[in-house]
Amino acid sequence: MTTQDSIAAPVAAPATETPAASPEYQRYLAGLKRERLLVRAWQLAIIIGFLILWQIAPNQGFVNPMLTSYPSQVLSTLIELVKNGSLFVHTWATLFSTIIGFAGSMIIGLILALSFWSFPNVYRVLDPYMVVLNALPKIALVPIFYIWLGDKSSIYAMAIIVGVFITTLMLYTGFRAIDPDKVRLVRLYGGTRADLIRKVLLPGTVPMMISTLKVNVGLSLVGVVVGEFQSAKSGLGYLIIFGSQVFQMNLVMTAIVVLAIISAGLFAAIQLLESWLYRTRGGNV
Amino acid sequence: MTGSPSAGIVRPELAVRNVGLKYMTPERELVALSDINLDVAAGEFVALVGPSGCGKSTLLTLMAGLVAPSKGKIAIRGTDITAPSHRVGFMFQKDTLFEWRTVLQNVLIGAELLHLDRAAAQRRAEELLIGYGLEEFLHSLPHQLSGGMRQRVALARTLLPKPDILLLDEPFSALDYQTRLALSDEMAGILRSEGKTVILVTHDIGEAVSMADRVVVMSRRPGRIKSQFNIRFASAARPTPLQARALPEFNDYFRKIWDDLDMQSQTQALQ
Repeated sequence: MTTQDSIAAPVAAPATETPAASPEYQRYLAGLKRERLLVRAWQLAIIIGFLILWQIAPNQGFVNPMLTSYPSQVLSTLIELVKNGSLFVHTWATLFSTIIGFAGSMIIGLILALSFWSFPNVYRVLDPYMVVLNALPKIALVPIFYIWLGDKSSIYAMAIIVGVFITTLMLYTGFRAIDPDKVRLVRLYGGTRADLIRKVLLPGTVPMMISTLKVNVGLSLVGVVVGEFQSAKSGLGYLIIFGSQVFQMNLVMTAIVVLAIISAGLFAAIQLLESWLYRTRGGNV
Repeated sequence: MTGSPSAGIVRPELAVRNVGLKYMTPERELVALSDINLDVAAGEFVALVGPSGCGKSTLLTLMAGLVAPSKGKIAIRGTDITAPSHRVGFMFQKDTLFEWRTVLQNVLIGAELLHLDRAAAQRRAEELLIGYGLEEFLHSLPHQLSGGMRQRVALARTLLPKPDILLLDEPFSALDYQTRLALSDEMAGILRSEGKTVILVTHDIGEAVSMADRVVVMSRRPGRIKSQFNIRFASAARPTPLQARALPEFNDYFRKIWDDLDMQSQTQALQ
């Protein structure tokens, strides 16, 4: 897309001035449009093909329907859950924990990264621990958190901890990459550390924050669902565990579909934020 | 000529006294600057030239109060420099504009940090930018501007808090040749008309001779002042840098400074 845009730009500019675009240019535009449509068509074809396969394969006895369920049954389960109101409860529980998770890991990560930037020696001391903690499979902590924090808080803690170390490391890298002359410039005008943070570090790392958010959404969802496996009485993770224990694959599959929709929704929200920033900041994201 | 302060300075605007600077790295101890003595009069335009790595840019950061010398003192009008001051403006090699701020907001950064009156600062910023032909770009973002325009914005940002002394660290080196000539001509005019004291670091002898009243040549590491040349042209009025380049004296000074820099032996050493 980007390359197409940049190629199109110089051609498009004179075309807006002259009322009639040349036939070649019209053909070029039509070609671009066709390409876009083709990509969309393929995307649609894949999901439809998948749904058809999922419906037909168990029907024809290629796979055991007890294990895979059907899209049609998932749909009816979904409708049922909407009717009895439990879909909203479970979805909201998971969504809420996820938002706590990525907001929490973002805020804590930002504070940690700013402290590391302000006190490089602290970072030098903590660096190996950060690396190990980041690499540690946080899922191993689920039982401990459950014992320490109880059912609700352990899920929040899980959602935060899965993302907080990578957030810290990414933001710290972003702060380190800031042009030292920009820091000098603020110092030349007698700027304080708070000035540096407000006027250089934070606005200068917005693109990095966006990519951190993108990473975090996925991680937080993982943390929440795993946390819910252990301890929850509601939430989509709970629905999955419950469904598998009573061997109700419809329920499990439905919960997974809703999870997919949530993650797509959250990702779309971040992309909206990104494109809004892109417009207001003139392509500096 | 070497080391002696120029005649006729009663109380220098900027005085550098026996300044030395040592860097320490785990590998070695490095003497970057040694025994630097320099007096700059108010309104004088001094150019520092020297081979790369001679510490001329480092000397500028000392004058700005960003780095403290290991030895000696630097004073502005008799007051020792211990920290950056708004009386000293600094221009970097790169324009160092904040990509997320508009042109006007970039020019106002100093005013914000120094807590100057906002409305007055904004009026002055607009005046400066309009004066530099940027009236259409007040609310543009830096990436929409050409290199020369960006450096003009940086100049406006530097001049906004009305510094008495300007330290220019190769401000034209990132520009293409034509823009560089045009902008140095324009900037020299602006700085002279405002009566600023200027210290320009450059590796470009032509730029130094055409713009400055005095050219100070520094030697290779440890950086010392090797020689100084007062640039005088026969014409009554001070020629602009572009005019100066066409005068016979320009070539004389150029050749003298070139010989003094001893670039030949350097290139041979590199080969």
